[in-house]
Amino acid sequence: MLAVELVDIWKRFPGVVANAGATLGVRSGSVHAVLGENGAGKSTLMNVLAGVYQPDEGSVVLNGEPQRFASPADAIACGVGMVHQEFRLIPTFTVTENVVLGAAPTRLDRGSLRAQVGELAERFGLLTDPGRPVWQLSMGERQRVEILKALWRDASVLILDEPTAVLTPGEAVELGRVTRAMADDGRSVIFISHKLDEVTAFCDEATVMRGGATVAASLPVGELDASRLAELMVGQATAVSQRRQRAAQVDGEQSPALVVRDLRVRDVHGRAVVDDVSLDVRPGEIVGIAGVAGNGQRPLADAIAGLSPAEHGQVVVADADLSTASPAARSAAGLSYVPEDRLGVGLAPRLDAVENAVMRSYRRFARRRIVDRAASRAHTEGLIDRYRVKVARMDAPLAGLSGGNLQRLLVGRELDEKPTVVVAAQPTRGLDVQGVAAIQQILLDQSAAGVAVLLISEDLDELLALSDRLLVMHGGAVVASFDPDDADRTAIGAAMAGAVSTEGVS
Amino acid sequence: MSTETVLGLLVSVIEFATLLYLAALGETIAEKSGVLNLGVEGMMAFGGMAAFWAGVETGNPWLALVVGAGSAMAFSMIHGVVAVVLGADQVVSGLALTILGLGLAAFLGESLIVEAPRARFDTLDLGPLADIPWIGETLFSMSAVSWLALFAGVVTWFVFTRTHAGLKLRAVGENAAAADAVGTSVTRVRLMAVGIGGAFAGASGAYLTLALAPGWTEGTTAGRGWIAVALVIFGAWQPGRVLLGSVLFGGLIALEPRLQTFGVEISPILVSMLPYLLTILAMVLLSIRSRNRPSAAPAAIGRPFRREER
Repeated sequence: MLAVELVDIWKRFPGVVANAGATLGVRSGSVHAVLGENGAGKSTLMNVLAGVYQPDEGSVVLNGEPQRFASPADAIACGVGMVHQEFRLIPTFTVTENVVLGAAPTRLDRGSLRAQVGELAERFGLLTDPGRPVWQLSMGERQRVEILKALWRDASVLILDEPTAVLTPGEAVELGRVTRAMADDGRSVIFISHKLDEVTAFCDEATVMRGGATVAASLPVGELDASRLAELMVGQATAVSQRRQRAAQVDGEQSPALVVRDLRVRDVHGRAVVDDVSLDVRPGEIVGIAGVAGNGQRPLADAIAGLSPAEHGQVVVADADLSTASPAARSAAGLSYVPEDRLGVGLAPRLDAVENAVMRSYRRFARRRIVDRAASRAHTEGLIDRYRVKVARMDAPLAGLSGGNLQRLLVGRELDEKPTVVVAAQPTRGLDVQGVAAIQQILLDQSAAGVAVLLISEDLDELLALSDRLLVMHGGAVVASFDPDDADRTAIGAAMAGAVSTEGVS
Repeated sequence: MSTETVLGLLVSVIEFATLLYLAALGETIAEKSGVLNLGVEGMMAFGGMAAFWAGVETGNPWLALVVGAGSAMAFSMIHGVVAVVLGADQVVSGLALTILGLGLAAFLGESLIVEAPRARFDTLDLGPLADIPWIGETLFSMSAVSWLALFAGVVTWFVFTRTHAGLKLRAVGENAAAADAVGTSVTRVRLMAVGIGGAFAGASGAYLTLALAPGWTEGTTAGRGWIAVALVIFGAWQPGRVLLGSVLFGGLIALEPRLQTFGVEISPILVSMLPYLLTILAMVLLSIRSRNRPSAAPAAIGRPFRREER
């Protein structure tokens, strides 16, 4: 009998179908990976299991008994615990206080609670000091406290949502040991990830999701290699007709509009998340960057835009060396950036459409340092018209707009500055079909007009359809280069998984 | 300086400390749950007026105290509904509570101004203990309410540090989402904390109109509620330290009218500013201390909680 069975789960949000008939079966005493790209519906499915969301259709079955969870508390009572990506800990509390909060006797005997938490931690190899306040702990230790919270409530099913994203490689190996100890104890661990090497190293079985549905259920990991999993994640070619129609061939002799040389960026842990990346983008060319999420795409884009400092390396736009220039200077030099996090970095959701639209160019609409509201409004109306943004009211906060409209406004704002180079990070993620098509068309129009486009995406279909050249990143480095017109998906998948094929890396 | 004047000063210190400690303890409880309530002054006036009325009607000081605490608790629920349930700005709502409370107390208490106090708290008779020189005439001659305030302080400390309820209260004040995720109702805990805070402010007001300065006039609270708010910061949100602060600030208030009799040539106005000056100093020290560690203030203070939704 399976410990967890999720049968034909459907979950819809306004404008998005997050789960479309997803299924999952987990044996007790096993570590089960749930694999998929961002937006594949993994987190939604896990939130259904953890009682955060109620499914629209489908059933949740634990040890053969159908369950209906109205809240996370219900799920916890049935032994389902979840460690979310953002930890829910109280920094000023000790490890023990965090662990027992919500599940403690009325009267707290600190000494004995500390001993109990310490014992539990030792049993599963979770190294921690129960008396220390959480603010003194590293991210890895904090994660152990979250796991302890679930174990303290005697969770028989533990969901780890992308647990290694915050860990150093050493800590990740340690976590692998802990999940094994829990499985040996007869519990089930569900390990959500898109890092293939971890899945093959830590897990017994893997379920692969794509587009909200399960595409492969409970594959025995031992019989698979990473490139096969990568292929399942990115899927098979859909329609070749999607391939772009190009007006003119890119002139290979033209000097590149964007030159990146030996760019290296380190994260707070000192790891090189962008590792000596070099690339060129010529005017009128779309260069795509593929890769499994978290392999340096975002820090690369941020470093090119000047949002995070590079350790060394050069960024040149239209022959101007911007390696140490401020984001404003890069923008003035003709570099536009459509960031991945459109509401956090790209737009200010509490401001209205006009304020967001002129956020970059407000100086043009100012007279003696006072912004001319009428002129900004006229400019915004022009943008909204040209990029077909549907805005109910110009003076209402943006927060209520759909993802597609937000992205059109953001892309419109960035491209209206007549850039020579556009860096677009995940510009179509989370959009509906129409929104995706509109944004893709805008990018194609730009390149036809001679703009150099660097397109970062996790959607391989999109990259194959739009790019003139396709680069693959793995572990912070560009490991392979492909011609989209005769690219082999298996080879691309292998490169994404880190099985490097070095055919003319540029 | 005669023995009588010193004894008189000490008795007065204890009285003002009691007044401040009751209100500040209540505010500490509310703030520990993450709710800043700047309405202490208003709740104090409202509770004091109601308690005095009940004392005139019944002649029973204990009943009057309960009426004062209860009515201020009910009054504090305005803040509870506006700031906790509806999630409006806590500063605005708290200030409104102060202005409304002072106004309501003045309006409803208009006819009480001419009334003579019928119920008042006397010293608790501790028999032979009261005969001990100095201590007997001061500490062991305090009113039952002062003992009650001390006891409430010990209970609050115990609840904060030694019970699951206190852990939940502090958790809600530090990171409401984390508390919510483990099944604690943030709204319920915060409403209770605001209500208890209101009851303590009302009890403080009752002590004022029934014991410290029996009678009712408009403006009798004289900004003591604001000193209580400052005391919470001065005491770093800890019941024990708030007690020390109450004695210190109570001492300053008691000293004010006596300075001239002691022959000290300092303007009493300067002395009345000292509690606020000391609070600013305490804040400076607290922030220097917390440069490399979390602040002593509840992390979620002033922040309404809304469960995140997609």
